[in-house]
Amino acid sequence: MLRFLTRRTLGAAVILLIIAAVTFFLFFAVPADPARLACGKVCPPETLAQARHNLGMDQPIFVQFVTWLAGIFVGRDYEGLGHCPAPCLGFSFVNHAPVFETITDRMPVTISLTLGSAVIFLLFGVGTGIVAALNQGKALDKIASVSSLIGASVQIYFVGTLAMYFLVYQWNIIARPRYVPFTDNPLEWAYGLLLPWVVLAIIFTANYTRMARSTMVEQLSEDYVRTARAKGMSARTVILRFALRGTLTPIATIFGIDVATLIGGAIITETTFSLQGIGRLSIQAVLNSDLPMLMATVLLAAAAIVVFNVIVDALYAVIDPRVRLS
Amino acid sequence: MALPSQATAEAGSGPADPDLAATSGAGGSPLVGRSPAQLMWRRFRRDKTGVVSAVIVLFFILVAIAAPLISALYGKDPYTTYGLDEPGLLNPYGFPVLPNGGISSEFWFGIEPGLGRDVFTQLVYGIRTSLLIALAATAITTVIGIVVGIVAGYAGGRTDYFIGRTIDVLLSFPSTLFIIAFMPVVENLMVKPEEETPTWLRAASLIIFLTVFGWAGLARLLRGNVLSLREREFVEAARVTGASPGRIIFKELLPNLWTPILIQSTLLLPALVTSEAALSFLGVGMIEPVPDWGRMFLRGTEVYQADITYLMFPGVALLLFVVAFNLLGDSVRDAFDPKIRH
Repeated sequence: MLRFLTRRTLGAAVILLIIAAVTFFLFFAVPADPARLACGKVCPPETLAQARHNLGMDQPIFVQFVTWLAGIFVGRDYEGLGHCPAPCLGFSFVNHAPVFETITDRMPVTISLTLGSAVIFLLFGVGTGIVAALNQGKALDKIASVSSLIGASVQIYFVGTLAMYFLVYQWNIIARPRYVPFTDNPLEWAYGLLLPWVVLAIIFTANYTRMARSTMVEQLSEDYVRTARAKGMSARTVILRFALRGTLTPIATIFGIDVATLIGGAIITETTFSLQGIGRLSIQAVLNSDLPMLMATVLLAAAAIVVFNVIVDALYAVIDPRVRLS
Repeated sequence: MALPSQATAEAGSGPADPDLAATSGAGGSPLVGRSPAQLMWRRFRRDKTGVVSAVIVLFFILVAIAAPLISALYGKDPYTTYGLDEPGLLNPYGFPVLPNGGISSEFWFGIEPGLGRDVFTQLVYGIRTSLLIALAATAITTVIGIVVGIVAGYAGGRTDYFIGRTIDVLLSFPSTLFIIAFMPVVENLMVKPEEETPTWLRAASLIIFLTVFGWAGLARLLRGNVLSLREREFVEAARVTGASPGRIIFKELLPNLWTPILIQSTLLLPALVTSEAALSFLGVGMIEPVPDWGRMFLRGTEVYQADITYLMFPGVALLLFVVAFNLLGDSVRDAFDPKIRH
């Protein structure tokens, strides 16, 4: 297990390094003048020169990349702007603050959004899938498959906006979504995020229902499930302790990917519900041509995917004892 | 609707009758196996959901092709700002005077808030934009996926390792964010600041970006298939009889890969249609005045509190299209592989 983790972590680090390098060179080397982008629309020559110097752009691109990379581990000093402590992902000229600070500010919103909806779509999706598998071919199964198909095909900016229009503005059933820190008031936190959670869950549940249903059907015909039944175990025990376990492996894979994608920034969801999380932050970085911020959000999203891949692979061994990590 | 017809073309020269094609046996190698394709087509025809969804998909494609004709018969185009040209259609705030987004006998689906363009023709022409971009991206993605997947699986060794790691990197890339961020960079590079971005450039960039991030999944899947096929007796037999790698790849391996390829590309197309819409919604899709569903969504979400109708048309149309296409994908899969029921 330890060897596996070391190897996979090293592999993940290499992938992240490649992504960082590719993104860095594309964003900083290709545009005619990144300093002008960082400096803004109205840019006097002396400010431009200053911005160029502060960004370290009077140096070769490779040196810039190494400086940027080193900043993540040891921090970095910006002339006239002060010290940016490790992990320093750069300095945002738009926010006049180290990038990492802004990211840690926004992270709780995205994590809350992800956690809440992940709980809903995992439990509801897998639950529906199992019920459908146990009632194979019956009305319940058909309803589940049709609704999951529609759920998988709707767009968040469409359902989300419809939900806002009817539930919030027309019928006043729920208040406008907003983020209240969990530590301030857990109830307000849940209430404020309920609508985005549910809408996000509608889109994601479908995948789990379909996956859980098809693997459950397979599992139910496995020898070990039949043996358990033949031994006279109750249907409940057989399903929950034996069949469900086998269903969890493929579920864990897609769950890892989905959670990672959401942590990296639910751009469309956060835009639809005007939540100030990482997704909004990345879009604002694009609109403001805030390259250091953009680099950081791209890297964060990639890191989420890479890290969750390792976690999921390690989880396989925990879920399914037949899996050998190598 | 390209799929069943593609399958029949695969089965032989007969344009309509699969039974005829099986006996005539024109085209393809002996290993293509005419009867599986034929069986697939038969099973597909019996699948009511599949046929209905195929008809809906076909309808969307026909509308896209016939867009100029429809717009000529209807007597409007998606570019004229009727609401601004004719007084009495929009109120001083730019919203349609008539209820439900200005739906009337003259403007069937209402008029766009602000510019006052016709929604019906925008929707009809919008299918064109979405489908053309998605089709082009699907075609290129599939070709690259096939080539890379087969090369990786067949060559093995260092080539496979290198391709495998490239795929790892691509699949870990936050593609949506990257495309949004990189689109201005491309334009910065290709277009002078004082010029407008040409439509073809944006369309080409969209297709290229969707392709760059799209092929990796298919390539990985096909690589796996090739790895297991490579060890089978018929490939070994071909190798022993001195077949060239080219012959083994095209005549032995490829015919056995059509099933996963066809299934994947049927599922890829609706996914790319929604990706294109999402990118337009986020502001980096097709530019004005080219009609585009994603941009209709963007405008729709801006004005939904005053005019929800404008959002409904692209919303329902896209939902219908994607549901139909996903159902079609499922039916194609069931027809190919009746053991797995979805």
